[in-house]
Amino acid sequence: MTRTTIGWALAAILFSSLNFAAYAQDASEKEIERYRAMISDPLSNPGFLAVDRGEILWSEKRGTKNVSLEGCDLGLGAGKLEGAFAQMPRFFADSERVMDLEQRLLWCMQNIQRLDTKDVIARRFSGPGKPSDMEDLVAFIANKSSGMRIAVPLKHPKEQEMAAVGEALFYRRGGVMDFSCATCHADEGKRIRLQGLPNLSKAGKQPQETMGTWPTYRVSQSALRTMQHRLWDCYRQQRWPIPEYGSDSITALTVFLQTQATGGEITVPSIKR
Amino acid sequence: MRTTSKLTSLILSAGVIAALPFTAYAQTATKKADPALVDAYLKATFGKAPPEWQARIEPDDTLKTCNLHRNDVPSAEADKIVKRELAKVVFPADGKLLGDWKQGQKIANNGRGGQFSDDAKTENGGNCYACHQMEKAEVSYGTLGPSLTSYGKDRKFDPAEVKNAFIKIYDSQAVLACSNMPRFGANKVLSEKQIMDLVAFLFDPESPINK
Repeated sequence: MTRTTIGWALAAILFSSLNFAAYAQDASEKEIERYRAMISDPLSNPGFLAVDRGEILWSEKRGTKNVSLEGCDLGLGAGKLEGAFAQMPRFFADSERVMDLEQRLLWCMQNIQRLDTKDVIARRFSGPGKPSDMEDLVAFIANKSSGMRIAVPLKHPKEQEMAAVGEALFYRRGGVMDFSCATCHADEGKRIRLQGLPNLSKAGKQPQETMGTWPTYRVSQSALRTMQHRLWDCYRQQRWPIPEYGSDSITALTVFLQTQATGGEITVPSIKR
Repeated sequence: MRTTSKLTSLILSAGVIAALPFTAYAQTATKKADPALVDAYLKATFGKAPPEWQARIEPDDTLKTCNLHRNDVPSAEADKIVKRELAKVVFPADGKLLGDWKQGQKIANNGRGGQFSDDAKTENGGNCYACHQMEKAEVSYGTLGPSLTSYGKDRKFDPAEVKNAFIKIYDSQAVLACSNMPRFGANKVLSEKQIMDLVAFLFDPESPINK
């Protein structure tokens, strides 16, 4: 064996023993990245089936008034969908409340269609054999803001209050594990097991990429999921009590996160693990 | 993290006179929510949960301080927390701190318990791997906490370190105020036996952590 060969062999041994763990890590992250790219193809994203179902629901006549949701004002005027989701949650003078898209849709069902929303709320999150009107409607309406940028108004005092309360809630620890949102989402480059965690405590790219990709089709759940579901699941993992669907703390957190994500491009429905 | 925050506060206090106009501006720019208002929001969202669940998000004195300072506690407050939490640590009656490492390994891998989707019979896990590297062979580990590989070996299996580890798992804030780590014993997530098993997972010479 020549000296060079021995040198190379030694280097290889050293390299493999010292860097094997880092190498394995890199390889698995690259594999996950490849998988993400693969499932991001819109043509293979089942989330677009929800968009189509939502479109039908939007124009379907329902409730005791037998009217469609087309008379519903999502902030930019009755029936105007383009760009509405990008500016939600926002304050609505008719209800005197700051509402996210799901709260607003429920309000319109109750007040414009006079639809009993009990069943709609019971199916707020879909399951096997249990489709969700809300998930489908959100997919359809949010998709009408695809390519646009997140811009919640934050002009009305109630919107500002929501942003401030949302920020406080983000840092509020509790539950048997003492967890807050910030426990997992206030530091750079951290993981839970192999799952990367976005840092949502700083305005900019990471909250933009996070908020700009909800609603999303969750492959592991075979369902389109909304931000209401995402935060419900966060609180579950935080070991907090069950949050009420469409309630003020969830909206406040969404306002805070949307504020952190201002300027982020919306590409929805996305597809995630 | 604490060192950084102390350094930051040192720099801040040193430059406080020069930076006064800026500080005043920064405070008006970021409006803090009134605590009573935050409570009203929480009531609207969690108020229908069973009373024992609502009690879990009622912050104790320690968490009140952590929440107020977003975990960046001033040292005087930190000392108070450490003292208060240390008083909560209950050591095993017979003084034995090391359990069964094989059970500890299972507890470290078990992420169940405490979620509203769990039933009452669910046995709580420690879910250590969510945040810590432990055995070298396990590549699926989180990075929110420090790596714990070779934990006992690196500490020469020192009995004083065994005791420190028991305290840390029982009540992380008895060691570091406003630590992100759960207070497993103090909050009754893990039993005394489970904590002993985890200490053995860290310290038993036969444990894969030390191999």
